[in-house]
Amino acid sequence: MLDINKIRAQFPILNRKVNGKDLVYFDNGATTQKPQSVIDAEATYYANENSNVHRGVHFLSGLATDKFEETRNTVQAFIGAKHNHEIIFTKGTTDSINLVANGFRTLLNKGDEIIISEMEHHSNIVPWQMCCEISGATLKVIPLLDNGSLDMHEFDNLLSKNTKLVSVSHISNALGTVNDIETIIAKAHNFNAKVMIDGAQAASHVALDMQKLDADFYCFSAHKLFGPTGVGVLYGKEEILNVLPPYQGGGEMIKEVSFAKTTYACLPHKFEAGTPNISGVIAFKQAIDFITDLEIAEITKYEEELLKYATAEVLKIEGLKIYGTAAHKSGIISFNIEGLHPYDIGVIVDKMGVAIRTGHHCTQPIMDRFNIPGTARISLSVYNTKQEIDVCVKAIKKAKLMLS
Amino acid sequence: MSTIKEIQTEITEDFAIFDDWMQKYEYLIDLGKELSPIDEQYKTEDNLIKGCQSRVWLHAEYTKGKIIYTADSDAIMTRGIIAVLINVLSGQSPSEIANAKLDFINKIGLKEQLSPTRANGLVSMIKQMKIYALAFNN
Repeated sequence: MLDINKIRAQFPILNRKVNGKDLVYFDNGATTQKPQSVIDAEATYYANENSNVHRGVHFLSGLATDKFEETRNTVQAFIGAKHNHEIIFTKGTTDSINLVANGFRTLLNKGDEIIISEMEHHSNIVPWQMCCEISGATLKVIPLLDNGSLDMHEFDNLLSKNTKLVSVSHISNALGTVNDIETIIAKAHNFNAKVMIDGAQAASHVALDMQKLDADFYCFSAHKLFGPTGVGVLYGKEEILNVLPPYQGGGEMIKEVSFAKTTYACLPHKFEAGTPNISGVIAFKQAIDFITDLEIAEITKYEEELLKYATAEVLKIEGLKIYGTAAHKSGIISFNIEGLHPYDIGVIVDKMGVAIRTGHHCTQPIMDRFNIPGTARISLSVYNTKQEIDVCVKAIKKAKLMLS
Repeated sequence: MSTIKEIQTEITEDFAIFDDWMQKYEYLIDLGKELSPIDEQYKTEDNLIKGCQSRVWLHAEYTKGKIIYTADSDAIMTRGIIAVLINVLSGQSPSEIANAKLDFINKIGLKEQLSPTRANGLVSMIKQMKIYALAFNN
């Protein structure tokens, strides 16, 4: 059983007021807040450890490098990767997907196919469109069912010997749907296609085990799991990362450089050109430790309870419709109220200290699918409470009253 | 016809009577509801000012040395602010509009509505109103 008050006490921002009211932060899908340990680790690095990594022979460079690599080992353990060099640090999920899409396009030919889904975030659509444009491959899209889950029957129809890669999200940021990625991976592998999973909305909510899951690529952002912005993870199976060409050229990623021929460094450095976000990566370890200390299974359980409560409470508001009603959902509630624009709801509840997201959530195809301009979205995290849900529901009711 | 400056003073005084944000928002919502509708034929893709969240259509007509603006939005709060902007700028001459300093926005506490993070197209709307003024001025 989690002690939520003890958890909340670790997040200084949760004590602040917004527009004179206690902050209710329900925009965790966009980014989560940071515990004191993460904030301290960033500051400590600059106050006491600052030095460039993987280069110097001096004491501080060694210290920074050790701490940087410690995070890599922590991530490896956190997601159950076989090797620590299968963990590539990037700028974020978007960067991770672009890295793979950029490399993959050199492995594709005309007639090859990539499959994504209708629920993807723009960052798991546009890189593949760019990849297809250059390689001549074709992009196929798994459609959504009315409840916001993927049409798996149609997925079966799309798979063929031409399928080279399938890239889908683990959890939808706009609908909350938890996809059956185990089945998607197994089915794609039957056709020898590789699978990339966008885990941006999953990594802080559900347990991950790369070896059991058997995904070829999996990526997520540190800032969505209590860590700093500007740090992301790309997990890739060793054998595939070795085949993929480098993404960016520069320092750190080389073995030898000459004007005749440059050879590339081994994994993971081949994909980590330039000075990385050292302070961010080091602080990221604290974020993972925070999750590990709580136990991810406990987090999942508590968030399911919050989701169940929040869903029941918001549905009491007349005219409210939830988009995304799949059987297996994560703590995201996307909704509209009949006759009201989500933007208007968002600006009014903000005045009451409640932070929710409004708009298309970078998933315009989903909005087109449901023929709506956008939604208002509540996205929950482990430090949220039922009392906060009550405050939010009250604020929504007030907004409805003012706008009707 | 009052000048832009006079109208701004008047609006600032109107808003000064409200004690809290809720009254102010309710007033804006009322203004939004009362906004004269834009002719449907002008709700075109060309007249759309693209914000991230709410859509804004703006149409301008030049008659007898004055610019008449009509506009609409799918969000009511945005419509309210549009109503205020039209009240200030519509019916003025192109040179007055082009040179207008819209300081009432700060004074009535609506600056947050105009920050780019609101992404509601209003900053673009003011810019577009001024672009029309410059175009009609030549």
